[in-house]
Amino acid sequence: MGQYLILLYEDEASWAAVGEHEAGEILAAHGRFGAVHGDVLRGGGWLHPTATATTVRSPGGGGSQDRDGFAAGEDALVTDGPFVETKEALGGFYLVEVPDLDTALALAREVPAPFGGVEVRPLRDM
Amino acid sequence: MSADPAGAVADAHRREWASVLAATVRVTRDLDLAEECVQEAYAQALVAWGDGVPARPGAWLTTAARRRALDLHRRSAVAARALPLLVVDEVAPEPLGAPGGREPDDLLALLFTCCHPALTAEARVALTLRLLGGLSTPEIARGFLVTEPTMAARLTRAKKKIAAAGVPFRVPGADEMPRRLGGVLSVVHLVLTTGHTAPAGATLVRDDLLDRAHDLARLLRSRFPDDPDVAGLLALVLLTDARRGTRTGPDGELVLLADQDRSRWDAAMIAEGRSLVLEALPARPVSRYAVLAAIAAVHADAREADDTDWVEIVGLYDVLAARWPSPVVALNRAVALGFADGPDAGLAALDALADEPRLAGYGYLAAARGELLRRAGRPDAARVALEEAAMLTANDVERDLLARRLDALA
Repeated sequence: MGQYLILLYEDEASWAAVGEHEAGEILAAHGRFGAVHGDVLRGGGWLHPTATATTVRSPGGGGSQDRDGFAAGEDALVTDGPFVETKEALGGFYLVEVPDLDTALALAREVPAPFGGVEVRPLRDM
Repeated sequence: MSADPAGAVADAHRREWASVLAATVRVTRDLDLAEECVQEAYAQALVAWGDGVPARPGAWLTTAARRRALDLHRRSAVAARALPLLVVDEVAPEPLGAPGGREPDDLLALLFTCCHPALTAEARVALTLRLLGGLSTPEIARGFLVTEPTMAARLTRAKKKIAAAGVPFRVPGADEMPRRLGGVLSVVHLVLTTGHTAPAGATLVRDDLLDRAHDLARLLRSRFPDDPDVAGLLALVLLTDARRGTRTGPDGELVLLADQDRSRWDAAMIAEGRSLVLEALPARPVSRYAVLAAIAAVHADAREADDTDWVEIVGLYDVLAARWPSPVVALNRAVALGFADGPDAGLAALDALADEPRLAGYGYLAAARGELLRRAGRPDAARVALEEAAMLTANDVERDLLARRLDALA
């Protein structure tokens, strides 16, 4: 079995423009997806738009001198906005546990993402 | 079967490589390791077969490769793995040499793994030629106009993705098969067209690629005997391949379809191809490969070039243009029209393509125009077009032919 993160990338402007009724229908579709595939879902979430994002980086891109040597720590550069600005932004995710990529892709086909698409990424063993 | 061991090993490489590798992948669950073990098995055979070639070389090689894999496994040479093992359906491995041929279809599983939609189209072709065709990285690189390091990197990246992303080593189920089979067929078709006219290099035909297209099409036909696309593709391979020996002259120069010695076309291949076309063409929805094969069959049916039923060929291109429109189909249709209705009709059809951006830099457009202009009695305009075509091809044999046609204009 392997875990896969299904990342939903959608056009935020389109999401912002939908009426309450349509938004409700999309959410209901997600509800049905979760109900049908609950046995393989290990998690999931719906993100606020990128306008709410805050990014934390090491100054100079790494090699900072905090306690464990890898994190940004005290010197962190904190900025308003997402890590990368894109038209279609990460808006939500599902974490699934399935036998192989074909099964993950079959699930991905069923994820409601009317204003974009989804990316399927395998998780590494840690 | 050849008597000398080296010949027998070469023969077995050609015939058995793919099935030996596929059976070994099931044991190693790692493509690189399986390749390594199979290569070693062939090296062992060179020595061992000096005492006599085994009755079933493929089974001997599979046993040797699997034994090597288990050996490496025991010595934990593969313990420190960076990537997960391939996902393989849990099927108890058949005892080697079991009668009845009931073995799990590892060969087909390997083909579908190589042609998985999660890989780029370039990677699918490269992996298929490497793992099922047994071609070396330099051989594949030459076929596809990339450097050896580029091709090596492409293969490495694809194998890494198969392992890391969990692309399964499995024949897709019936529900998935319709959309997966098309991807496999287009890989085989690309191997065929690349082998038929190598995009670059000193030879027109790449025999190794054509042989692989042949093997793969046969393999698919044996597994999908009722699929019209499969029948159409095998027909296309046979009808194309039937002309292989006549497409170049004694010095490797290109001989055009109209000038080929038709008595030397392979009659058995043509007969089989024709009967496959008759089987595949009536299927609905119509199969693109069946239509392409039907065009090749019309050419094969003409005893002399002048007997070619060009009206029928235009009609078949009309079918292609209606369902699968593309600039190349339109170009070929214009050429056929130039024979069916005369060069002026062909030129008029070509004019409609002059501004097609996807044909810019496509040498066949200029070559077709040059030939039609020559037949229309306009040698000066023909010269300009043929010179342009010669500049646009990277295949030496094609360039020589264009030079000869330019000389003939003088």
